[in-house]
Amino acid sequence: MATATEVHHTALTLTDHLPILQILIPFCTAPLIVFFGSRSLAWPMAFISSLLSLIIATTLLVSVSDGSYISYHLGGWAPPVGIEYRVDAANAFVLFLIAATATVVMPFALKSVAHEIPKRNHTLFYACFMLCITGLMGVVITGDAFNVFVFLEISSLSTYVLVSQGSHRDKRALTAAYDYLIMGTIGATFFVIGIGFLYMTTGTLNMADMADRLQGQGDNRTVQAAFAFIVVGMGLKVAMYPLHLWLPAAYNYAPSAVTTFLAATATKAAIYVIIRFMFTVFQPDFVFDTHILIWIIGPLALLAMFAASLIAIFQTNFKRMLAYSSIAQIGYMMLGVAMFSTTGLTATMVHLFNHGITKAVLFMGVGALMLRAGTTFYDRIAGMGRVMPLTGAAIVIGGLSLIGVPGTAGFISKWVLVQAAFEQDLWWLALIIVASSLLAVIYVWRVVEALYLQEPHPDAIHKEAPMLMVAPMWVAAIACLYFGLDTRFILDAAATAAEGLMAGSAGMAEISTAAAAAATDH
Amino acid sequence: MTLEFFLGHVNYWLFIILMMTGFYIVVSRGNYVKKIVGLNIFQVAVFMLYISIGKVTGGTAPIFPTDSQGKIKVDPDIVYSNPLPHVLILTAIVVGIATTSLGLALIVRIREEYNSIEEDDILEIEAAMAHAENEEHGSAMGGRA
Amino acid sequence: MQHHLILRVITKLLVGMIILFAFYVQFHGDFSPGGGFQAGVIMAVAFILYGLVFGLEKVQGVFPPWIVHKLVALGVLLYAGVGVLNMLLGYEFLHYGSLDPHHMSHGQHTGIIWIEAGVGITVTGVMIAIYYAFAGRPPRLGDDDW
Repeated sequence: MATATEVHHTALTLTDHLPILQILIPFCTAPLIVFFGSRSLAWPMAFISSLLSLIIATTLLVSVSDGSYISYHLGGWAPPVGIEYRVDAANAFVLFLIAATATVVMPFALKSVAHEIPKRNHTLFYACFMLCITGLMGVVITGDAFNVFVFLEISSLSTYVLVSQGSHRDKRALTAAYDYLIMGTIGATFFVIGIGFLYMTTGTLNMADMADRLQGQGDNRTVQAAFAFIVVGMGLKVAMYPLHLWLPAAYNYAPSAVTTFLAATATKAAIYVIIRFMFTVFQPDFVFDTHILIWIIGPLALLAMFAASLIAIFQTNFKRMLAYSSIAQIGYMMLGVAMFSTTGLTATMVHLFNHGITKAVLFMGVGALMLRAGTTFYDRIAGMGRVMPLTGAAIVIGGLSLIGVPGTAGFISKWVLVQAAFEQDLWWLALIIVASSLLAVIYVWRVVEALYLQEPHPDAIHKEAPMLMVAPMWVAAIACLYFGLDTRFILDAAATAAEGLMAGSAGMAEISTAAAAAATDH
Repeated sequence: MTLEFFLGHVNYWLFIILMMTGFYIVVSRGNYVKKIVGLNIFQVAVFMLYISIGKVTGGTAPIFPTDSQGKIKVDPDIVYSNPLPHVLILTAIVVGIATTSLGLALIVRIREEYNSIEEDDILEIEAAMAHAENEEHGSAMGGRA
Repeated sequence: MQHHLILRVITKLLVGMIILFAFYVQFHGDFSPGGGFQAGVIMAVAFILYGLVFGLEKVQGVFPPWIVHKLVALGVLLYAGVGVLNMLLGYEFLHYGSLDPHHMSHGQHTGIIWIEAGVGITVTGVMIAIYYAFAGRPPRLGDDDW
């Protein structure tokens, strides 16, 4: 055991350490920021750290794009005994999204945070932000079921703090954070009960090993209970339709930079976990046998697409409208999962990414409007598109992408989703998808109307947002357009991910032999 | 359902009772502090579930005995309890403490801003705020949807 | 100063012993149940007890809040630092064996002591920080308003 010595050891290089560095860099930045305690150092450190994360995430994404995987053994303990970080096409993709969003949001945050949060909280704010990034990336990268819970709580706890920082503008941020804390903790605890049941059945915590041992356990009540607990627990984190109650308030009252980051990444990481557990740990066959996709997830996804979109139409506040639209968009992603096909999952993965960048543009637009107009009620942002042409144009691009107009990223994901529907001859489903997109036209149009077709409000500051806010907004907006026109990168990555997931444990397995072989290759 | 079945699963029954008690408190109580207490009971129930499944009949503390030179002497006759769930729960307890203190910190701030920690009062204040916003910002549609 | 004389005297006697016990739990964690988490909490208890009896200002004079904040960060950095050191030595993150490649078990020993030290420092810091945060809030109701 502890005395097991490795006589021949080849020193690991920097490349071998990439999976852990991905987590370690933001994780160490947080205490470093607190340790130095300097307000002027906090932001540069946070920015450099997210930039490094992005570089690592890109390297990882490129190196697993052929469908292979990288396994990193923490502490040198080989899985299934030790904790393993496992990067494959599916999670490298989500890692990339998180790192990219963090890097884009950081420059935006500098001005936005200075405006919305009192100075004395800045260092701790950036430390929390780094912990949030750490948690989300950890949830995605780890191959150990309990580790998912730990990272989930790291990200959740820091998220509650970040949301509550909106209290300096509106005290309702506090109750929003509190409600989120209650629901989030219940969700995480449900998840951990599920993990406990799985551990009782399999005696392992490594996901790939768990998947192997769960094979043929479809009739086992404990496994079924575990599945239910995990889906409901993560469903709370995802804000899957009837479990979404924490989301509108939390997004609405959180500081703009936080909302941007959360909307683009937090629910996405949770969706990834749900998919990973459904398709890798429990295996597609098991999920299919439970009928949960067809009878629960599918209908709820459809309900979300319509109910949340309808609520979004009747909002009077731009930021709150976007929060409801997020719930509707999560419906599209869950619908892709519910279709239970490679194309459907591809649609989910693509929409995960595209919706991430789309919402990043829009919420950054909200932040810019907040800076100049003070609030984002439609009557206050009226006419701001004329005095803030760059911000206004970016919001329009984001809005078009949210609707799914051809030439924008949003179109691609809906196109793949419609394709998946046609693949299974569900033409009515395709019609529903298009119909719900029409609802998006209405709520986006209300914003465009307010921004351009009305006279500017006299109380607003009639000035373009600072360059530091406009530039990241436009980076994301151009990404929206670019990924709408050049679809190869995103579709390939998503398809590889979806194929790996649909293959069940085979997409992740070959645990002992392949991992051992990979270890000797190093 | 025989007596044997009941007694044989006694840890699960206790887990279920404790868990549902906590969950009920979270859902039914309007006092924010009581909700946190309920959440704690809910989490402790899960800790107990984990710890109970680590028990092996006749098992002892999982520490290998050593001889006088400090070498580990593995004795296959000794049955050990499973330490892994305990370790996991150590982590979960820490998470629970963090959640509790953060929740209480939020309550302190809520109390400073709203002058109440009762959900009913706070909802009333928020409804009034939302109403005022609707009045100010025109549109009669929506509000607190 | 004449109030609660017994409490004051007993607290002064206890604080030292509690701290000593915390160190015992910290370093005896190798051979018996214990370790950084427990030791950190016990250590924090000594300061919290002192604060409860003698007042927040006194304890903050002994242990100023800014040091507490640094300690919280320092412990985590120590923990991560051990892992990074393992990586620099050419092994995996937190592969303590690398600290003494010829006797992996000795390396494990050294590694875990540093890790537990990091945990202990952070837990002490966090617990005291939580106490300061709550105790430092001015009460809305005075003692006579109840």
